[in-house]
Amino acid sequence: MWDHEIKAMASSHAIIASCIFMATVVPAVFIPGFSVYGTHLLWLYCVTAAVSVVTVSVFWLLGVSQPTKKITLSYKLSRLVRSCLYLLLSCLFYHTVVVLYGAPLIESALETFSLAVLLTSLTTLRCLCVLGPNVQAWIRVFSRHGAMSVWDTSLQITVACSVIGAWLGAFPIPLDWDRPWQVWPVSCSLGSVIGYLTGLVAAPAWIHFHRKQLTYKCK
Amino acid sequence: MKIRTSVFASFIMVAQVLGIALFLRGFFPVPVKSSLSSRSKLSDLPAEPLTGGPHNASRLPEPLFKRVVIMLVDALREDFVFGPDGRANMPYTRNLVERGSAHSFVAKARPPTVTMPRIKALTTGSIPGFIDVVMNLNSPVLLEDNLLWQAKTAGKRIIFYGDDTWVRLFPKLFMEHDGTTSFFVSDYTEVDNNVTRHLDSTLKRDDWDLLILHYLGLDHIGHVSGPHSPLVRPKLLEMDDVLKKIHGSLVSKESEGSLPYLLVLCGDHGMSETGSHGGSSDPEVNTPLVLISPAFRRKVGMEKPGTVEQVDLPPTLALGLGLPISQNSVGRLIPAVVEETPLRNRLRFLHLNGHQLSCLLRDSVAEHHKEVGVEQFRVAEKSHGGWMKLYLEGNTSEVLGNVGKKVLRQYLEALASMSSALGKQLGKYDMYSMVAGMVIVFQLLLVLLLAMPEALSGAALVDIPVLPALLSLPFYLLCLLLASVHVLVCTSAGSSCYLCSLSWGLVFAAVAFSSATLCVLVSMATRRILSGLNVPAKSGSSSSGWSLSELDVLLLAGTAGHTLSLAASSFVEEEHQTWYFLLNTLCLAVFQDVCRKYFREQRRPGSIGEDVDDEVDNEEEEEERYYLSSKGRRPPELSQQGGDPRSRERWLALATPPLTLACCRLMRTLNQTGVQWAHLPDMGHWLNSSEHKAVLSLLAALCLVLIYFLIQRRCSLVSKIALALGLLGVYSYRAAVGNVVFPWQHSGQNVSKGTVEARFVYIFVLGILFSGTKDLLRSQIAATAASRLKSRGLWEIYSGLVLLVALLFRAHNLPVLCCCLLIQTLMARFIWKKLHYDAAQTTIMHYWFGQAFFYFQGNSNNIGTVDISVGFVGLESYVEAPAIFLTALSTYAGPLLWAFHLVCYLNSESNRTPVALGHGCYCLALLRSVPMAAYVVLVTALRYHLFIWSVFSPKLLYEAAHALLCTTLCLFLSAMEQAQADAGKP
Repeated sequence: MWDHEIKAMASSHAIIASCIFMATVVPAVFIPGFSVYGTHLLWLYCVTAAVSVVTVSVFWLLGVSQPTKKITLSYKLSRLVRSCLYLLLSCLFYHTVVVLYGAPLIESALETFSLAVLLTSLTTLRCLCVLGPNVQAWIRVFSRHGAMSVWDTSLQITVACSVIGAWLGAFPIPLDWDRPWQVWPVSCSLGSVIGYLTGLVAAPAWIHFHRKQLTYKCK
Repeated sequence: MKIRTSVFASFIMVAQVLGIALFLRGFFPVPVKSSLSSRSKLSDLPAEPLTGGPHNASRLPEPLFKRVVIMLVDALREDFVFGPDGRANMPYTRNLVERGSAHSFVAKARPPTVTMPRIKALTTGSIPGFIDVVMNLNSPVLLEDNLLWQAKTAGKRIIFYGDDTWVRLFPKLFMEHDGTTSFFVSDYTEVDNNVTRHLDSTLKRDDWDLLILHYLGLDHIGHVSGPHSPLVRPKLLEMDDVLKKIHGSLVSKESEGSLPYLLVLCGDHGMSETGSHGGSSDPEVNTPLVLISPAFRRKVGMEKPGTVEQVDLPPTLALGLGLPISQNSVGRLIPAVVEETPLRNRLRFLHLNGHQLSCLLRDSVAEHHKEVGVEQFRVAEKSHGGWMKLYLEGNTSEVLGNVGKKVLRQYLEALASMSSALGKQLGKYDMYSMVAGMVIVFQLLLVLLLAMPEALSGAALVDIPVLPALLSLPFYLLCLLLASVHVLVCTSAGSSCYLCSLSWGLVFAAVAFSSATLCVLVSMATRRILSGLNVPAKSGSSSSGWSLSELDVLLLAGTAGHTLSLAASSFVEEEHQTWYFLLNTLCLAVFQDVCRKYFREQRRPGSIGEDVDDEVDNEEEEEERYYLSSKGRRPPELSQQGGDPRSRERWLALATPPLTLACCRLMRTLNQTGVQWAHLPDMGHWLNSSEHKAVLSLLAALCLVLIYFLIQRRCSLVSKIALALGLLGVYSYRAAVGNVVFPWQHSGQNVSKGTVEARFVYIFVLGILFSGTKDLLRSQIAATAASRLKSRGLWEIYSGLVLLVALLFRAHNLPVLCCCLLIQTLMARFIWKKLHYDAAQTTIMHYWFGQAFFYFQGNSNNIGTVDISVGFVGLESYVEAPAIFLTALSTYAGPLLWAFHLVCYLNSESNRTPVALGHGCYCLALLRSVPMAAYVVLVTALRYHLFIWSVFSPKLLYEAAHALLCTTLCLFLSAMEQAQADAGKP
């Protein structure tokens, strides 16, 4: 039914996954001493930047988001401004949630905020790309049985996977193993990236295998 | 037999608690104690054995040493002195060890390698078991027979400088003392300087016989930066200097005629590679023991130090000082110390030691005469008598020496086997009792799980096939089988089985109970499987209809995940992190539910969902009306102006989960608990420091006012007044104790115990509890408004508990209580009722909150965090029963208050769904027994784990205590439901 869309999704996901891989490998060539644990924040920023750029360009090229009727410049500009505002708010939201989960308030605030930025680039940015700055649509997609297209479903899956990945990533922190990846926020950011990658793989696969059961209400 | 769910759950819980008690009895070894409570006396000593002839004098041989200096260095590891770096660490000591007249040993300490039990071991010679440590938390004074007491009784003058644990253990024994606290771990110079500063003047004087020095600095360095820290070497050099000074002074003081001195250098425990201690790894257990005295032969080179037990030191010292050995000592004389004394004295020393050990063995082991050691001792004693006869006859031939050597060897063998028999007595798990307890717990858990569909059904009736099980053949066969197993186990092992020492009637009851449970289990399982087979045949997709929401998934996964996490020692140590994490996730999930409910409504006002929503709204309004009428009057904020109450309520509902999250985050900073991050500064310390007293006073007052407003709305007028007065009393109690100040008070107030104020509060607590109970009883009789009376009665009992907890909580913990009430109020008003969570979900949420609040108030899975001072609130002196009750109440205040709120909430809910109480009771029982059963198995599997005594056993005690609490609440719940069922009947 949506073979074309599934193929497009799988290839775009492959591109995003490879860019995460590149963001891990390429800086190691240019920056001496670059490693995921050692220079964790640097790695985190690389991944964030790569994912953001690639997600935005891929979805812009695919043209997934709803075509709007008004194509005036001022409308586009307001959309852009609202998107930026949403991104900022989402960063703050994630930061608050992470602090509520027990991250230290003042010390290592930079690390916490970096994690929030990473999570934003993995989840909110994608939402913005697919749904646009439209709160109603977001609420619709993230309530039960709210998906209206394969892209909505894939969005649900990847967002859930990255958030659950970060959530699971917090578990090893109290263990007394003294490993480099137990340092805040290494395990959480690793968890969220791994979760995101899982989501990228799982979303097309899940949609492919459930394409018989999936029925979307048309707008 | 059909019984109600709540009765079923309570019964299971009671039986499980019995099973757990059996398990605990088997798990914790009973400390070896002499049955006589008195202490050894000189006059009780046995006479020197002599065959034929009159009894020789029962006097002790001349003491070997006149003065003894014990230098105890906390956490002195064996390789600090004897290791390859020893020469650089402690050059003088090492020199003495290698060339001086000294004996050196590696003394093995027994776990728990913590200072206090080790000091007890070094003074009493007994091995304090884990349970002993727990039991003695409340009485700091060491009452057992010990070396210091013996020395004091014999007129020796003792001086002590060092860790004030000693001063607390032996309050009146020291002629002179100066205790230093080991509170600030980061201080490692001052603590030791405080000890050394007295040294010069003391060493010059002659008026003491026993000098004890306890240096803490090394331990502190270990805790802060580990055994390989650059700070260790200078500290060891400092210790070496101290030793040199003492030794030099002793040598110079030594006069010709008098007895020689003895200088002992020892450690109480070692330290692990990370610098901590408490476990049973080799570096923690192995400590050096260096005995220096001119009475010893000079050595000619480094020998490999022999291995002795740490508890061998006290009998050696006792005999060396001419004192009786303390009664519960399991150590044996170190033979090298008495090497230079005449054979007669040596034999006499060994005889005394053997006699004391055989007495202890007689008291602690049931069949002591079967022990090899006792028999060997009797033989040795006889040949000793023969030797004495020869000796007194003036025989000086070769024969005498040879016979003497033989007697000596016999004595040493006897001592070794008696000591090891006693040691075995201590370290042995009673596996039979443990397995029996475990089996009972597991059977009951399975019965509980199998009954789930029936128990959570609308009828809340559980059908238990008791009668068919009791009348079936397998039941009798199982009884026979288990009884024969019991006989077999008891006759073969025989040594120390708690179950075997029980009376036959009890054992048979247990056997019958266990086999009946097994039969019931099997029949329930077959019924479940059969019905499971039948159902799909009828309707193909019955299972898919039972869908779980995200919240259900979270609740189930959280419970399962927490149970699994108990297998890791770090997760047990940091269990609070697990609960905080789960609670946060729960709040976020609830937040998502709330958002979904309210925003969905907003989004489609005119779509398909409208009629459904309307229905829900009507229902809600009705509910609201009912709820309000049950409360008696309308809360002001809903009835008054302010536009649309619905939209305001919506915003309040939306604000509740974030507010809860914020409260939880704030409470987290209040008490830093656990192990890894426990040393970090927290708000509690900040508030308790004296310069922030005003802030603490303000906070406490604010919290008390808030508590009043949160709790008073559902009480009767009399209770309201009592509550207000009681809370005032709480504040004045805190002011009297000196935690907070009144605004008109300035400074320099005299601090009292606050007994009067506390009793004042107790009166109001009792009054409110009484009024609540009265309402509950009246609701049984009254025909009209019974449910209103009942909910008011329950609420009053609840507020009485809150008042009591407010009194017991420390001032800085009052915000925890306040937040607890706030969250409960908000959640009950806006979340649980409005979102139609069923009884099971509400119960699980209450349980999670209760667990998290247990840690919010500063508890951990370590025995050390139990606040014992609570037991003295309002009491002049220590009285056991109320003290234990109050301590338990304040420790488990969080879970208790949440569980009690659950009772109140479910009771108000039961008007809508009459089985809510039963479902709640069942869920509570299940939530408690799943982790407990899993933990019992884990502990059994990990019983030889490194951290079994330091991490897992305290947690086991906490689990058992919590199970007891849950059982009480289950019984209460089922009583409530019973009352409701009675009232429901026409």
